[in-house]
Amino acid sequence: MTDIVTDAGASLAAGRGRGGFRLRLPRGVLPHGWRALALPLAVLAAWQAVGALGWTDATLLPTPLAVLGELVRLATSGELLSNLAVSFRRVMLGFAAGTLVATALGALTGYSLQWRAYLDPSVHALRTIPGLAWIPMFILWLGIDEGSKIALIALANFFPTYLNFMSGIARVDRKLIEVGRVNGLAGARLVGTILLPYSLPFLFVGLRQSMGVAWLVVVGAELMGASSGIGYMLMDGEMTGRPHLVMACMIVFALSGKSTDMILAAISRRVLRWQDTVEKD
Amino acid sequence: MLEIRDLAKSFGSFAALGPMSFTLDREHVLTVIGPSGCGKSTLLRLVAGLETATRGDIRLDGTPVDGPRSEIGVAFQDPRLMPWLDVRRNVGLGLWRWPAAERAAAVDAALAKVSLTGFADALPKQLSGGMAQRVGLARALVGRPRLLLLDEPFAALDPLTRMRMQDHLLDIVGGEVPNVLLITHDIEEAIVLSDRIIVLDGPPARIRRDVVVDLPKPRKRTSAAFQEIKEFLLGELFPADGRLAA
Repeated sequence: MTDIVTDAGASLAAGRGRGGFRLRLPRGVLPHGWRALALPLAVLAAWQAVGALGWTDATLLPTPLAVLGELVRLATSGELLSNLAVSFRRVMLGFAAGTLVATALGALTGYSLQWRAYLDPSVHALRTIPGLAWIPMFILWLGIDEGSKIALIALANFFPTYLNFMSGIARVDRKLIEVGRVNGLAGARLVGTILLPYSLPFLFVGLRQSMGVAWLVVVGAELMGASSGIGYMLMDGEMTGRPHLVMACMIVFALSGKSTDMILAAISRRVLRWQDTVEKD
Repeated sequence: MLEIRDLAKSFGSFAALGPMSFTLDREHVLTVIGPSGCGKSTLLRLVAGLETATRGDIRLDGTPVDGPRSEIGVAFQDPRLMPWLDVRRNVGLGLWRWPAAERAAAVDAALAKVSLTGFADALPKQLSGGMAQRVGLARALVGRPRLLLLDEPFAALDPLTRMRMQDHLLDIVGGEVPNVLLITHDIEEAIVLSDRIIVLDGPPARIRRDVVVDLPKPRKRTSAAFQEIKEFLLGELFPADGRLAA
């Protein structure tokens, strides 16, 4: 046994020596926080160079600077802000509606086995329908305007929050419930003091997933027929052959999704500061 | 006075406890000792009102115990603190009916008793194991219970902290709590603290011996009388016929 250990140690040491094969970047060239930027910056620089040299067709692949210029133009003309406001409103209304229904239903099915038996299988059955497949029916029922778009976002939003919140409440520690009982807590007071706080971390996971899904779905909703919104601008860019506009919209979506997620993450860190995790703020 | 009469508990076809009867009245601390798995925790859960008896009944001062009661304080083997509440709110968990000023005073007094006065605003994640266990003890004491139930309260602590907690428990509990029912598998803990020791075997948990410990307190673990009782209890827990008591 000791022989094997010694052999393994020896071969490891050899691997680390001069002769061994190494896949290691030099240390200390970039400060740690900047290392993540190295690859994207290199790609952008190469891309810009290739475009500037005229090696690519600008109608197919605009240069990074052209996309940036388009972003600046959209921002200064007010076009960006007005369309972003429309998309943002759709996302937020859908998110709010979906979250409201999801937390109410999730609390019910998480807490009561009876309600879970009646409702949960149906929710799971509905979940198998892809969100975007609802588009025609929603347009038929709610018209082509805001109603159908917000309903679509709300529906897609519902599932992550519902599933996470329900499992959070269902998984509440029996021992803590017992502490509540011997201390005279019951009913709504038990729910408010123990069940809800216990399931908050799960709820936040669901909310962040839902927010991601909301930005995903708003693109689909706006592509299917809209006269405003970032998704509409994206569609417009495709129809009028302006790839720099399409790419600018893609960046706006990325930044919007990232910022709303960061806001939720910050709220979650604050609300869940009691958690004993390695993550530090 | 705690009266237990013909008490029995089964889980399905598994007989966990009884039938057993005993009364706790004049003795301050009654310890129930037995090997792990013998059903002693079931006894505590029944008295705490967390389980319903299959047969027999439990009365506290004549009133049947058929659910959790505010006159009964419980400290568990693990602290079981709500991680999202600070120490003050954890201790005051059961006092939500009390006026705010009285609640604050009671919590402060309980924290002082367990020497945690400076930690009222700390979160459970900031406490050591021994401190968390003391918070759990303060929570059990804060409502001035008539009966205090302790379920192996120091089992999860390191030996040194455990010994210190055992030596201080009687000062902490003081004369305010008329009766303490302690469940443990630690023989020395039982002898240090108890006025009377009930040895169980099982399952189903049954009373094997009922011993009055008539030594002056505080008790020295090294005294001859202490060792003599320890030998006796060991003999009861591990009988010479080679059969495990459980």
